[in-house]
Amino acid sequence: MSDIICARDLVKRYGALTAVDGISFSVRAGECFGFLGPNGAGKTTTIRMITCVSPVTGGELTVDGMDVRREPRRIKGAIGVVPQENNLDPDLSVRQNLQVYGRYFDLPPRLVNERIGEALELFQLSHRQDDRIASLSSGMQRRLTIARGLINSPRILVLDEPTTGLDPQARHMVWQKLRQLRSQGVTMLLTTHYMEEAAHLCDRLVIIFQGKIIAEETPAALIDRFAGREVVEVHVGEAERRPLMERLDAMDGVTVEEVEDIIYVYVRAGDGIDAAALKLEASKVVYRRPNLEDVFLRLTGRGLQE
Amino acid sequence: MTSIALRRPTFRWPDVSLRALRVWQRNRDVYLQLWKSEIIWPVVEPVITLFALGVGLGGLVELESGQPYIEFIAPGLLAVWPMWSASAECGWGSFFRMENQRTYDAIVATPVSVEDVITGEILWGATRGLISATYILVVITAWGLVDSPLAILVLPVTVLTGVMFASISLSYTSVAWSISSLNYFFAVFITPMFWLSGVFFPIERLPEWGQTVAWWIPATHAAEVYRGLTSGNLHWSHLGDIAWMVVVVGIFYALALFSMRRRLVK
Repeated sequence: MSDIICARDLVKRYGALTAVDGISFSVRAGECFGFLGPNGAGKTTTIRMITCVSPVTGGELTVDGMDVRREPRRIKGAIGVVPQENNLDPDLSVRQNLQVYGRYFDLPPRLVNERIGEALELFQLSHRQDDRIASLSSGMQRRLTIARGLINSPRILVLDEPTTGLDPQARHMVWQKLRQLRSQGVTMLLTTHYMEEAAHLCDRLVIIFQGKIIAEETPAALIDRFAGREVVEVHVGEAERRPLMERLDAMDGVTVEEVEDIIYVYVRAGDGIDAAALKLEASKVVYRRPNLEDVFLRLTGRGLQE
Repeated sequence: MTSIALRRPTFRWPDVSLRALRVWQRNRDVYLQLWKSEIIWPVVEPVITLFALGVGLGGLVELESGQPYIEFIAPGLLAVWPMWSASAECGWGSFFRMENQRTYDAIVATPVSVEDVITGEILWGATRGLISATYILVVITAWGLVDSPLAILVLPVTVLTGVMFASISLSYTSVAWSISSLNYFFAVFITPMFWLSGVFFPIERLPEWGQTVAWWIPATHAAEVYRGLTSGNLHWSHLGDIAWMVVVVGIFYALALFSMRRRLVK
C-alpha cells in the first residue's frame, strides 16, 4: 500500500502557542487512520492543516501527492470533510443541502443527483430527502453530514470526532456506515477521544498529546505494549491507599498508575504473573481486560486532560 | 517524492475565482426558500416613505426649483433603500452565516476559497440591492415620478452601488465581535447616510462642513446619479460620481478581502 497522506516535522503555531509540535506520520491508501487524544491535544489543528483550511507553520505535508501549500484547491477537491460541528444549511432540505454542496465542487448536476440518490440510500435518509434539517435527529444530521462529505467521491474522507454528542444507538449506526465505506476502499482519517471508537474503526492510530505524537501502532499492539494482558482496578479509600501502594511498589512485573481515587495495576503478558494471585484487597476491585483508555493512562500518566 | 519547503509569503494575492458564483447560488437558493418572509420590509417601507414624506409632508414643502417634493425624493429612495438591503445582507446576514450557521466553514472545506466566499457574499448583497431597486423603480414609474427612459440605467448603476455598500458592510462585519455590535455600524454609518446624503433635502441646506462630509459619503453620489437618470438631466459631473464610487468599491472590496481572511484563516 502506498502513502496517501504524508507529514514530516509538521508544526502549527498560533503566536506563542505551539498547537502541533513537529509531528510526522503517514496514512496508507485504503486504511482507517485515527488521531486519538484529549481535547486541545492538536488533533483538530492537524486535520485543519490536512484539509487546507489552516496554513502550515513549518514542516511538510502532502495529500494525495500534492503539497498543501501549493495546491489547496485540488486537494480540497479530492477529499471529503466531515466537521465536528454541524454546519448543514438549516433552511434547505436534505436533498438541497447535498445539491448545493455538490455545486461547490463544480460537479455536473446530473452526476450530483445520481450520487445524492446513492448517498441517501446508503445512509438511510431517502425517505427524509425533502425534509428540513431541523426536523432530523442529531444522528440523522450526522449521517447527512457524512453523506455530504462523499458527494465528490473523495479518495480520502476526513472525519473530526464523527460521533461526539450522539446517543449509543446513533453512534453504532454511524460506525457501521463507516466500516461499510472502509470496505469499499475509502481511506479514512478520523479524530476521536473515544477509545472504543478508535478500537472499532481504526487500522492504525497515533496518540497525540500536547502537540506531539507519543505512540503509533495498531490498536491491539498499543494495548499489548502499554497496557499488557490484564488490568486490576482498585478503588481505595484514603486509609487503605498507602499500605497498598507500598505493597505494589515492592512487586516485580506490575506497573501502577494512580488516577484520582483509583489505582490501576497493569500485568504484562510476559511476566508470568496471574492478576488474581495478587490478592488485592480494597472496597472495590475490578479485574478486566485492558483497553485503549489504559494505554492513555499509561502514556500520559494522568488520564484524559480537558 | 521530493518537495522544497517554501517559506510562507507574508503577502499573497487574493485567490478569487469563478467559484464565487457557487456561493452566490447558495445564497440565492436559501433566499428562494425564505423570500416570503424576507420580502415584506423591502416591499412595504419604500411605499410608506413615499406616502408619508412624498404625499404627506410633501404637501407642505416647496422646493426652490419648483419641483414637487415627491418627485425630488423618489430617485433618492432608489439609492438608499437598496443601500439598506445590500448592507443588511452583508451585515446581519453574513455575520449570521459566518458565526451562527458556520456556513463559511462548510464552504471553505470544498475547492471554494475564502476569497471566493467573500466575493460571493458581496455579489449576493449587491443582488439584494438590485432586487430592491428594481421594485422601487417599478413603483415610482407607476406613480408617474420618472421622466426619462434613461431611468432603466438605474439598474446597472445599482450593481455598482450594491457592490459598494455590500463591500463596506462586509468590511465592518469582518471585525464585528457579536451580532449586536453590528448595531454600531448601522447607527453610525448607514442611518446617517440614509438621512443626510441629499435624498430628503438638497445637501445645500446643510452647513458648509456638513456639505463637505456629505460629499465624501458614497450614498450622496449614488443619489446624484439616480437623480440625473430618472429626470434625464445627465451631466459630466455624474461621471465623477461614478468614478468616486468605483474608487470606494476598490478600497472596501480589498479591505473586506484582507480583513475577512485575517479573521477566517487561522
